[in-house]
Amino acid sequence: MSDLPQLVLNGLMTGSILAIGAVGVTLVLGVLRLLHVAHGDTMAFGAYAGLFFTGLVGDNLAVGLVGAVVTSAALAVLVEYVLWRPLRRRRAGMVGLLLSSIGVALVLRHVLFWVAGADPKQYPVDLMRVYEVGPFRLAQSQVLALPVAVVSILFVGWLFSRTAIGKQMRALSDDGALAAVAGIDVNRTIVVIWILSGALAGLAGVLQGLVQNSFNPNLGFQLLLPVFAAVILGGIGSAYGALAGGLVLGLVMEVSTWQGFLGGVPASYKQVVAFAVLILMLLLRPQGLLGKARLR
Amino acid sequence: MTEILDPQFWFFVAVTAGIYTILGLGLQIQFGFAGLLNFGHVAFMAIGAYTMAILVVKAGLSLWVAAICALVVVVPVSLLVGLPTLRLRADYLAITTLAFAEIVRYVATNEDGLTGGSQGTINLSGPGTTASYNREWLDFVEVVQGWLSPILGDLASRDFVSMLIVWMIALVAIVVLQVLVRSPWGRVLKVIREDEDAAAALGKYVFRFKQQALAIGSLLAAVAGLLHAFQFSFFSPADFVPLVTFNVWMIVILGGTARNWGVPVGAVVFAILYAGTRFLDFAPFSWLDPDERAYLRMIVIGLALILLMVFRPQGILGRRDEMVME
Repeated sequence: MSDLPQLVLNGLMTGSILAIGAVGVTLVLGVLRLLHVAHGDTMAFGAYAGLFFTGLVGDNLAVGLVGAVVTSAALAVLVEYVLWRPLRRRRAGMVGLLLSSIGVALVLRHVLFWVAGADPKQYPVDLMRVYEVGPFRLAQSQVLALPVAVVSILFVGWLFSRTAIGKQMRALSDDGALAAVAGIDVNRTIVVIWILSGALAGLAGVLQGLVQNSFNPNLGFQLLLPVFAAVILGGIGSAYGALAGGLVLGLVMEVSTWQGFLGGVPASYKQVVAFAVLILMLLLRPQGLLGKARLR
Repeated sequence: MTEILDPQFWFFVAVTAGIYTILGLGLQIQFGFAGLLNFGHVAFMAIGAYTMAILVVKAGLSLWVAAICALVVVVPVSLLVGLPTLRLRADYLAITTLAFAEIVRYVATNEDGLTGGSQGTINLSGPGTTASYNREWLDFVEVVQGWLSPILGDLASRDFVSMLIVWMIALVAIVVLQVLVRSPWGRVLKVIREDEDAAAALGKYVFRFKQQALAIGSLLAAVAGLLHAFQFSFFSPADFVPLVTFNVWMIVILGGTARNWGVPVGAVVFAILYAGTRFLDFAPFSWLDPDERAYLRMIVIGLALILLMVFRPQGILGRRDEMVME
């Protein structure tokens, strides 16, 4: 089994993907009271869109990444206009929204199965190539994905802390009525939230597709519950919390397999570790790591 | 295609519909009446089925004793799950129960020694041997067939008998739930669904009522799990994916929230839709290969769920004013 520094590095990789995925979920849940089950499948869509655009221009991963981000954002905005906005107008409750998003998830995943097939797909990276940096061993996919992930997380942090639109999104997520009274254009901000949520989901999908080596359309659903766990870990509606929650959860999932820690958890139980963290968190600190205590 | 005219095929569909009815009734009491967002319903189905099969194969118990043990096991497990989670906000409960169901499925997949692993119950007595838990059920069905065949002749097949048994259990469950929800206990549940604080202010111990609703619903899920195991003589972790829970949600909403009689209606419509996609063997569907047809079926289910929520969130038998959930 791997040693601790390597596991920490893998944990940062997994964690940054979860963090990037969790930002959109937490904002959508905070603002729209919509538990976005289709978020995982948006990630899978991103992974496939990335693959498509990568192959389009002679195996150029950068083009693939940009293509995935743009098309995933467009998809999220499309669904907002076609489905979420009409549903809000009809005053659909939380259950209605939740079940609709399950419907979107089923449609999206099986369209992917239909179009791309069930066989595992792979990004054009050299699987045999391993870089040794100090105590770490990095696969080529990690060398490519890690910087992108770090830059993206820094960018999202900058967006929320320094830009007007970022602050508006956080305000809306914190207290929708108050934000509306303060003059924030709610519908416009919601569209921006979907753009950001979709773009980051597409990005997370490409990164996961890269580091997972091979993937099929179930990639997204496998990430969904860990992403939900990261959202709860960070506190629902808190964008910074989602980033922190994702990183912490990724580290916990990977490091839990370390043999020095009570022999370590079998690798096949990594997901279960995420769920266990989720349940423990809800019991001990339901407002999340960074969340404020609320009555209900 | 003559299969569409074959009564035996429809008996089989009816068994599935009956099992889904029992599952749906469990969710109905939890969600429709108590307002609990249980997205891990399938876990209790799995626990019921696995407990029974493991006790039969590994402990050598009789199928009937094992089945009763399975039902007895499910109640405390559901209470344990409810203990921390029922105090949570509705959407937290949805995520936690979904995660719980996935934990159950992961354990069933990875603990080969206990559950047979991903190969399912056939592997229960270890690799290289074929385990079976179902002999007593098949014997029993054969006995019933013996009673019925003088009257019904060839019609009294295995699936026909299963159908009778499953639907008898479903009807009993409907009647019991109907009595329960009309009792003072049921009225308290509805108050909790509408306004928890009001119920608490009236001196009702909200948490206990939720626990009871969760336990009754989980018990029904376990009954459905047992019937599923009996009917198919084999099951594996793949039978307990989250999709099953989503299907049950669709059935409950389709039939009508807080309408017990809506559940069989929803289940029958669902089963016919589900089985019906088999008969899409004319053009343009005949151009699709079987995989593509399976994907198409899931896409149709997803679209149906979306359209249902947009156009008739109260379901077939439901009343709109009872569906406004906040």
